[in-house]
Amino acid sequence: MAVKIPRTPVREQDPQVRATNFEEVCYGYNAEEAALEASRCLNCPRPRCVQACPVGLNIPGFIKALHEGDTAGAAAIIAQDSSLPSVCGRVCPQESQCEGSCVLGIKSEPVAIGKLERYVGDWKIAHSAECADTLAPRNGHKVAVIGSGPSGLACASDLARLGYEVKIFEALHKVGGVLVYGIPEFRLPKEAIVAREVDNVRKLGVEIETDVVVGRTITIDQLMDDEGYEAVFIGSGAGLPRFMGIPGENLNGVFSANEYLTRANLMKAYDKDYDTPIYEGKRIVVVGGGNVAMDAVRTAKRMGAEAFIVYRRSEAELPARVEEVHHAKQEGIEFRMLTNPVAVLGDEQGKVTGIECVRMELGEPDESGRRRPVEIPDSKYTLECDTVIMALGTSPNPLIKHTTAGLDTNRKGCIVADEQGRTTRPGIFAGGDAVTGAATVILAMGAGRKAAAAIHEYISSK
Amino acid sequence: MFKILDKRELAPKIYEMTVEAPRVAKSAQPGQFIIVRTDEEGERIPLTICDYDRERGTVTIVTQIVGISSNKICAMEPGDSFADFAGPLGRPSDLLDIPLEELKKKNILFVAGGVGTAPVYPQAKWLHEHGVRCDVIIGARNKDLFTYVDEMSRVADVHLCTDDGSTGFHGLVTALMDHLIENDGRRFDHCVIIGPMIMMKFAAMNTKKHGIPTMVSLNALMVDGTGMCGACRVSVGGKTLFTCVDGPEFDGHQVDFDEAMRRQNMYRGNKKTNPETHKCSCHGS
Repeated sequence: MAVKIPRTPVREQDPQVRATNFEEVCYGYNAEEAALEASRCLNCPRPRCVQACPVGLNIPGFIKALHEGDTAGAAAIIAQDSSLPSVCGRVCPQESQCEGSCVLGIKSEPVAIGKLERYVGDWKIAHSAECADTLAPRNGHKVAVIGSGPSGLACASDLARLGYEVKIFEALHKVGGVLVYGIPEFRLPKEAIVAREVDNVRKLGVEIETDVVVGRTITIDQLMDDEGYEAVFIGSGAGLPRFMGIPGENLNGVFSANEYLTRANLMKAYDKDYDTPIYEGKRIVVVGGGNVAMDAVRTAKRMGAEAFIVYRRSEAELPARVEEVHHAKQEGIEFRMLTNPVAVLGDEQGKVTGIECVRMELGEPDESGRRRPVEIPDSKYTLECDTVIMALGTSPNPLIKHTTAGLDTNRKGCIVADEQGRTTRPGIFAGGDAVTGAATVILAMGAGRKAAAAIHEYISSK
Repeated sequence: MFKILDKRELAPKIYEMTVEAPRVAKSAQPGQFIIVRTDEEGERIPLTICDYDRERGTVTIVTQIVGISSNKICAMEPGDSFADFAGPLGRPSDLLDIPLEELKKKNILFVAGGVGTAPVYPQAKWLHEHGVRCDVIIGARNKDLFTYVDEMSRVADVHLCTDDGSTGFHGLVTALMDHLIENDGRRFDHCVIIGPMIMMKFAAMNTKKHGIPTMVSLNALMVDGTGMCGACRVSVGGKTLFTCVDGPEFDGHQVDFDEAMRRQNMYRGNKKTNPETHKCSCHGS
């Protein structure tokens, strides 16, 4: 019978209004909506959604508890596998993971697993006093975690639950990694959500020290030799921005998406009370088609600019989450598909005046399986703009590699680690974007959890 | 939180602060910088390390009031704490990579301008402690604007010059450099220049004329200071590098100073910067 109930729509801020503010786009479910949506789950005996989840969340389990009106129970079930449900419910690409494999999706629409997870996570934040995790007895072993992003938080949480004395070292002044510097407020509120989920990690007994740039402030060897950490997990992410290498990229008005988003998100440049400036462009072109490109272009729109996406493939190949592309379009972002920049143009003062592009068409599939974009001859044209933001992906920061002897990296600068996160140095583990290159929050969390298990095994067998 | 232990005014609008930052003090090397943030609303401001005391766990910074953020930094008093003080960042001075025996044979010249004098000090001091003597040219507009002259004189041979002739040699640092080489017959085989971008540009042109290998310490705009944002991009020998992780010191004969100066003014006229006073970020110049 459950199949007959349509997927419960989620309430969102009006596109015209939200394109001018940084408030959250999606309001999420209320209790009635969550209960109704939870009733749609078939509670499959062999749930495909769980297999499709990088952290193996007991999805039917928590939905069943929710359906039975036991939200605290649902929160406890999620907590076994994830410390960040409010984050994941908001930023996971559910359409290609849990919801993408939901049986209901074959004939109808899948259960809104992400929105339900978010509901439970937010409920837990609102009721944090009532559902305090019990502190595991300390086992006397110290583990250092480098980076307070999704992989580090997940790794630290699991280790703390096992009784380890865990300390996270964060390079920036705020905790959360990409959750605070990269993903915008309108998609993931910083104080209301990220800071509260970090609080929950702290409640497990995890200590966090900010302003420690591992590789500069202290090295991994010093952490192990001088400060007594028996194992180290590297979850330092992929923070190094890529540029295209085209003429004009150092003109005033060209930014990496990392810079633009860091100014807006971490430094709150959109808020007049904060001192950090952000470039006041009127026509902003964002180059790229991933989630970061969508975040940058929607931030630009909210800063009052006309905002464009320029992407060299077609819409079908956009790597961004479907919901982000949909939201961006609703907000009035212009998409220029099959367009590839060849130069940034500037005036005599060195300020950006436009971006020279060529039109592309799709040819034969390339090694990624996607059809390779090929330049159409004589198709060059100029798109006028005063700001260009490059959202072309990121690579891991080489700082740790350069200061840790014996730690191997591949040709892309990613740390070499096996499925369990074991690197080429005993006692040093790694996971998340530092190993895979830029990927998703949930994959990083999954890697952090696996590494936590491997660290436990490593220290237990010493 | 990072507590300010001492503060003194070195010259009008130029302040020295000694800050409790044991981790930074333990790892700091000459040539490196830190990122400071006064409070929750503050910018992340890069400042070159001017001294450090590993035993006391302190790091010394020098800030000149040029805009909103440097004003906020300089308004803080002993007993107050910075919200953040991250570092040491950037690569240490290249001099540290040269074998000591070789270094002792070199004639090393530092050229310091304005508030760039203090960042020269840890390098000169390091050389002094390792038995290497060096010369330091310090230039200022007039005699009231000198900083760190006493400290520097204890570790190096100091040559002063002023634009108005009120103290020392009458003329710019470039003219004093010429004077030392051409009139006094001095010979230098390594030069490090730290100061305002325009001074570094012309001083580096001058060392090129004299054939002296030269490093300059750039004070680019930055956000994170760890290689994450690329705000501090600089063209060196036609290649784009990041000041924060590849520098802050670069080959002074390869840096595209005109681009670097243009990029320093990226936010001039922006709502958040004060066009009256805020000319650039605050490290170095």
